[in-house]
Amino acid sequence: MSGPTLLDSLFQRSLEDLIKGLRLYVGDESTFISKSLDEIRREIKSTDPQTKSIALQKLTYLHSIHGVDMSWASFHAIELSSSHSLNFKRVAYLAASLSFDPSTTDVILLLTNQLRKDLQSPNSHEVSLALNALYFIATPDLARDLTPEVFILLNSNKGSTRKKAIALILRLFELYPDAVRVCFKRLVENLENSDPGIVSAVVGVFCELARNEAKSYLPLAPEFYKILVESRNNWLLIKVLKIFLELAPLEPRLGKRLVEPICDHLKRTGAKSLAFECVRTIVTSFSEYEFAVRLAVEKIKEFLNDDDPNLKYLGLQALTIVAPKHLWAVMENKDFVIRSLSDADANIKLEALQLVLAMVSEDNVMDICKVLINYALKSDPEFCNEILGCILLACSRNVYEIIVDFDWYVSLLGEMTRIPHCQKGEEIENQLVDIGMRVKDARPQLVRVGRDLLIDPALFGNPFVHRILSAAAWVSGEYVRFSKNPSELVEALLQPRTSLLPSSIKAVYIQSAFKVLTFYVHHYISTKGVISSASQGVEDLMHGRVQENPQFVRTGPVADSDTDDGGLNPMMLHRPVRDVSVESFEDMSVAHEWIYAFHVLLCFFSLPREWRLLLLKLAFSSSESHYKTPGPT
Amino acid sequence: MIKGVILMNDKGKPRLVKFYDYHPAEKQQELIRRLYGVLSSRAEDVSNFVKVDSLFGPDTRLVYKTYATLHILFIFDSSENELAMLDLMQVFVEAMDKCFSNVRELDIVFNFNKVHAILDEIILGGQVLETSSSEVVKAVEEISKYSPNPLCFFSLLFFTHQVSQDAISYFLFRMERAANSLMAVPSITGWQGR
Repeated sequence: MSGPTLLDSLFQRSLEDLIKGLRLYVGDESTFISKSLDEIRREIKSTDPQTKSIALQKLTYLHSIHGVDMSWASFHAIELSSSHSLNFKRVAYLAASLSFDPSTTDVILLLTNQLRKDLQSPNSHEVSLALNALYFIATPDLARDLTPEVFILLNSNKGSTRKKAIALILRLFELYPDAVRVCFKRLVENLENSDPGIVSAVVGVFCELARNEAKSYLPLAPEFYKILVESRNNWLLIKVLKIFLELAPLEPRLGKRLVEPICDHLKRTGAKSLAFECVRTIVTSFSEYEFAVRLAVEKIKEFLNDDDPNLKYLGLQALTIVAPKHLWAVMENKDFVIRSLSDADANIKLEALQLVLAMVSEDNVMDICKVLINYALKSDPEFCNEILGCILLACSRNVYEIIVDFDWYVSLLGEMTRIPHCQKGEEIENQLVDIGMRVKDARPQLVRVGRDLLIDPALFGNPFVHRILSAAAWVSGEYVRFSKNPSELVEALLQPRTSLLPSSIKAVYIQSAFKVLTFYVHHYISTKGVISSASQGVEDLMHGRVQENPQFVRTGPVADSDTDDGGLNPMMLHRPVRDVSVESFEDMSVAHEWIYAFHVLLCFFSLPREWRLLLLKLAFSSSESHYKTPGPT
Repeated sequence: MIKGVILMNDKGKPRLVKFYDYHPAEKQQELIRRLYGVLSSRAEDVSNFVKVDSLFGPDTRLVYKTYATLHILFIFDSSENELAMLDLMQVFVEAMDKCFSNVRELDIVFNFNKVHAILDEIILGGQVLETSSSEVVKAVEEISKYSPNPLCFFSLLFFTHQVSQDAISYFLFRMERAANSLMAVPSITGWQGR
């Protein structure tokens, strides 16, 4: 590439030209940008600082606004920073601060001396530039080398320089911990300064530091207390309150002394920001002082009743913090919270939802869930799923602590499945199976709900809900003895529509169908009375009324040549079934178990070939079962 | 601390981007796109706060305000008070207003360096420096006075007076013509058609 010529410098396009060109360009921006980049690459190598500066400006613009990579130009930025003109220095430092990556740009070290010179400069603008750039490009080495200069600036005569040095010192502390030893004393001295801006800057730094390690700053509490009581500057007070939010839990005596001033500020101030910060501090760290909390809740009520949605949102947030320890505050504002569930603002809706769930307890869980489901039906899909997620979470907390009536809860789960926007398939599936395994008494209801879900054809349309169908199938198979009409179950499990489901769920369906069938066969055998007649019964099955079951042939793409295997006698399925009690199964002796196993094998061979192959594949491929096998019932 | 300040127009094009944590250029553009997505899904007359934990880490939120075609976003974490951030945004806008006399989006587009200078007087390293817009304006004017830049001077004239715009552009046009008409430099008069 040829070097920059005189004509290039003379007719270099300025930054304004570049911006204008981009705005006017018709077509794909990237061609214009790459053309400009070629120009810039030539121009930036120029020795004339004016040309270099303009090229660097253009490049910085392209990097910042259009995401163009400029890491190749780092050295040029550093070269330009040594210029004596303030403007060129500004351009160079801006380029550095926007594009240098402290962890990878090697040439940063080359800037050390230049930065040192600029930090010591009598011109406060140069100092400001250096301080600003140092924040963005500081590495541990740079921090170590330049801490002495910044330390000197902490006592600078010019207020704005001091403030900037103070703001920077935080970053230096992060990168070079030894800087703390050097600079801490001066930092604390600045707390006594008469300029509220400087004190704000220092308190801001301590606020950040206290969030990470509050204990070390406890000794400074008296200074902060003085500021809290004397200052009238809102920014300063807000920051001091944030520090006390961290410190108060560590020292109970502190709390006693602080509550009064904070309440005073809350009562006196007209600034909403300060009022909110007072409220937040009280409800977070001073919640044991009843009178303070009462005052705070008054203020929250004011916020909630304001027209400004920002205040409403912040009020609800504060209420969420209060909720765990002072539920009465939430109850007082119950109506507002419930109304907010249908607010236009998504933030407010979410906060209201959290609050409603904070209010839930054993007594009111049913009413609250009913109200919430109503809201869910009326809302957009996203909020609807938020509601469902929150209900599921709250009800299953601590292993279903608040649920007294599991029958009701199981039917609620079924109802949730039917909501058109429901996407909580996995969670509901887990809970259905979980309850089935843990709660014996709920199993009949569970089977009822499962049957309703299996029969419902609409559910096949919602892909998120398929997992729930698999849980319903499993539950129906596992607890079939509670079912009033197992034949219905088998029909539902084997209906043609099941081919829409993914294979893993079809597998559960097949297994469950299996379980129902074996239940039937065993029941048939046991109603015949005697174990010895079992073999007779089996022979009947094999030679007797074995007919083709058209239902099976329809279910899969099976070759017709398989029909001579026959299906299970459909008439047997419709024989009225005596509800077999749990006990008769549990009394199974060893002989019974052999018969049981034989029946299973028989059913297996009576299935169409496709299903047999699928079952064998499943049995031998993965060893992980779809659900954990339950313990002894 | 404040994690970032972004100005973008209502189509999502960034006009000022300043992040106080390092992100490579592509990541910055992606963050801007996602922030625009967040903003476009907000209705009118709702609160100005959004939780952006998924984009910037835990406990981070952003406050945004819309002025005509411009969205201003401040991203901050829990060591800043939400309403105070709204006030700070107001300070920033007022400062720009005074520096550019009734600032419009175009002023921000064409004064890249100056807008960064204004912002750097208000926030350094994510910490708030100055909360009075008049002090900020004083500081920025001092900077401009200290070393007047001919380019800066011209750009100021361009965007305040229509008449002087015409005069200067005509003057420069004559200068260009005189210099060397062979070079394909975009003529400034072409800009007037916009």
